[in-house]
Amino acid sequence: MYKYDQYDQAMVDARVEDFRDQVRRRIAGDMNDDQFKPLRLKNGLYLQLHAYMLRVAIPYGTLNSRQLRKLAEIARKYDRGYGHFTTRQNLQYHWIKLEDAPDILAELATVEMHAIQTSGESIRNISADQYAGAAADEICDPRPWAELLRQATSFHPEFSYLPRKFKICVISSPADRAALRWHDCALRIVRNEAGEEGFEVYAGGGMGRTPFIAYKIRDFCPAAQIFSYIQAILRVWNLHARRDNIHKQRMKILVHDLGEEEFRRQVEEAFQHFLTLDTDFPQAEYDRIAAYFTPPPFETGLPDDIDRSDPDFALWVDQQVIAHKTPGYAIANISLKPIGGIGGDATAEQMEVVADLAERYSFDDVRVTHAQNLVLPHVRKQDLYAVWQALHEAGLADANLDLVTDVIACPGLDYCTLANARSIPVAQKIQRRFAEMERQLDLGELKIKISGCINACGHHHAGHIGILGVDRKGTENYQLLLGGSGAEDTTQAKITGPGFDEDGVVDAVERAIERYRELRDPGERFIDTYRRVGLDAFKEAIYG
Amino acid sequence: MRLLTGNDLKTGAVIWWTGRDWSVHVEDAADAGEHGEAILAAEEGARRVNGGYMIDAIDTTQGPRPAHIKDRIRARGPTVRPDLNLKPADPAAGDWVI
Amino acid sequence: MADVLRFRNDDPIEEPAVTLDAFVDQEDASAVRIEAGEDPRRLIPVLDRVKLVELGIPRFRDGRCFTAARILREAGYEGEIRAEGDVLVDLIFFMRRCGIDSFAPQSPLNRADVDACLSRYEHVYQHAADGAVPIWKLRHG
Repeated sequence: MYKYDQYDQAMVDARVEDFRDQVRRRIAGDMNDDQFKPLRLKNGLYLQLHAYMLRVAIPYGTLNSRQLRKLAEIARKYDRGYGHFTTRQNLQYHWIKLEDAPDILAELATVEMHAIQTSGESIRNISADQYAGAAADEICDPRPWAELLRQATSFHPEFSYLPRKFKICVISSPADRAALRWHDCALRIVRNEAGEEGFEVYAGGGMGRTPFIAYKIRDFCPAAQIFSYIQAILRVWNLHARRDNIHKQRMKILVHDLGEEEFRRQVEEAFQHFLTLDTDFPQAEYDRIAAYFTPPPFETGLPDDIDRSDPDFALWVDQQVIAHKTPGYAIANISLKPIGGIGGDATAEQMEVVADLAERYSFDDVRVTHAQNLVLPHVRKQDLYAVWQALHEAGLADANLDLVTDVIACPGLDYCTLANARSIPVAQKIQRRFAEMERQLDLGELKIKISGCINACGHHHAGHIGILGVDRKGTENYQLLLGGSGAEDTTQAKITGPGFDEDGVVDAVERAIERYRELRDPGERFIDTYRRVGLDAFKEAIYG
Repeated sequence: MRLLTGNDLKTGAVIWWTGRDWSVHVEDAADAGEHGEAILAAEEGARRVNGGYMIDAIDTTQGPRPAHIKDRIRARGPTVRPDLNLKPADPAAGDWVI
Repeated sequence: MADVLRFRNDDPIEEPAVTLDAFVDQEDASAVRIEAGEDPRRLIPVLDRVKLVELGIPRFRDGRCFTAARILREAGYEGEIRAEGDVLVDLIFFMRRCGIDSFAPQSPLNRADVDACLSRYEHVYQHAADGAVPIWKLRHG
């Protein structure tokens, strides 16, 4: 993985001192909270329900064991012994003190980590395919480009006070495991007819109160010019976007207001201008970064068969293990969705177990997924049993990847000051309702996603089944949505009808799922049946 | 009754106005009556509270109970982590919140 | 002009800035004020008579001034660009990078804080209007 040189290190070290000074000025009273808030947000520090929350960037979802151990140490020393992996592949601590925040950043800087631009109206941490460098279907490893863009967009002087947040995602395979088209700027690496690498660029996606799926703005941007192209998008948006209504300042709204054609025309014009400014990083810099992402020294001649004599292990292999591009290796997914637990939460001890496993069995490489799980990307098939045993001991061996109990849920009203309703208890009740493994396997891939407010951190618009918590006259109420997808067949879920209370929505989910079982053709997933028969067939089951 | 609440500037802890000072226990909260805005302005100016606001609450025999679930969760802690609540040993803490 | 912090050696322009609409028609004017939301590109055809551009900053989080300043610098404008309004000390580093070279803040800035903010980051990751050499260029000579 990428290693900081003296410049990268100086940059994060300077940011620590910068933030230390900002905190000092806030505590001394030189700034009020209106002034301090945007500054702390640019460093991922929120004021949440019970304390400050610090969001740590995990660039393109990649960690090494040293970094994960540091995250565990911080959880123990400054928080309450755990952290929460988010739907943007980051990690949040929920019990942080303002006065500790600069010291935490200093600790992160010792392992080449930071919280730069993890919140606020800035270019956010860049997300990527969690199987990068391991997936059999990728054109190339997207992470060198993500790292290049991380640097290019860090402390960008023109685009650090944007109208709203700006999220970039990079993948390089036909399958979409990163909710690509739900981003403001979505990049898919492709090859043109001449065999040259470039980017298919999508713009204007986003969830929130006004969801839009990003549309393709360019079929092919030469790879070397991608920073110019992104700057062109940002400049058109920064010039035009409204500043009078925070709910209408996201780029998706501008794209919608200007229309796709006019937006594209203006971006192309700005792009041609940026090309004259010599702002793109040269090939030599790409090559320098890419050298850190060369494949690890995979062994050859390894056996491809797995001893499945332990049935629990066999079940885990079937559900959690994905094909690797290299013979003898596998991608092992680690579930952070134990039945009745808190999805995405990991204790310091669990982080350390995963760090040890990564170091011993996965070339010191761990990934975080937008579905709030972890991945060991490069495990020898012959080591899978040992990995599973260690996970089992740490309470991390659930076999539910992409099944009905692999629920995405935002922190909701249990933690978040923006939330209108709790998300986690709903997820827990659904998990308990469908806990029986046979039932889960019978239902197959079924993605349930729960948000506690319209900001949609729980991706409810992209759920096969989505749940949105709202506040109805002071009580929690839940709307049910069906038919969304964050995969390559991206669709936006539709609201089924009137909302439910907490138990009511769990019952409604079950009725929808039972209707699917009645209607499905052989081999159909929930989403396939929904698309074939339409919303009404489900509405009838849900509302009677 | 009307309560004043906010977060401690340095620690972020949820705090309640007691009439003289701030407490992390909602049981200590006092009715701020008509003076809420003025107290908040002074306390925020003195940097003793951050993000302060006023809420409605009901006076009960066990002390004030905020009218809205959000503030009851703030008062005790996340409902999904009773071990991290202010009253981890109280089996009825959950009923108080919901 | 005591309250204007300048990073230029030439004499300050004393002429009051006129609105962008007025400036475009008023051929003897040399100082113009661009409000946030006005299109700075309208100034490009008449840049040769501009000596001072004042960028209005209504709220410090309104980042349109950064793009406005860069567009003017990229068009070859070398005169003064002044940020006027809600200028916080934490904005000044980025503003300098985008070509803003004088500051008229609503509330006075602490000079020690300004200097600390301007000197904190020794290097930068990307090109902008200030001529700073990006890190990638330092890496590859």
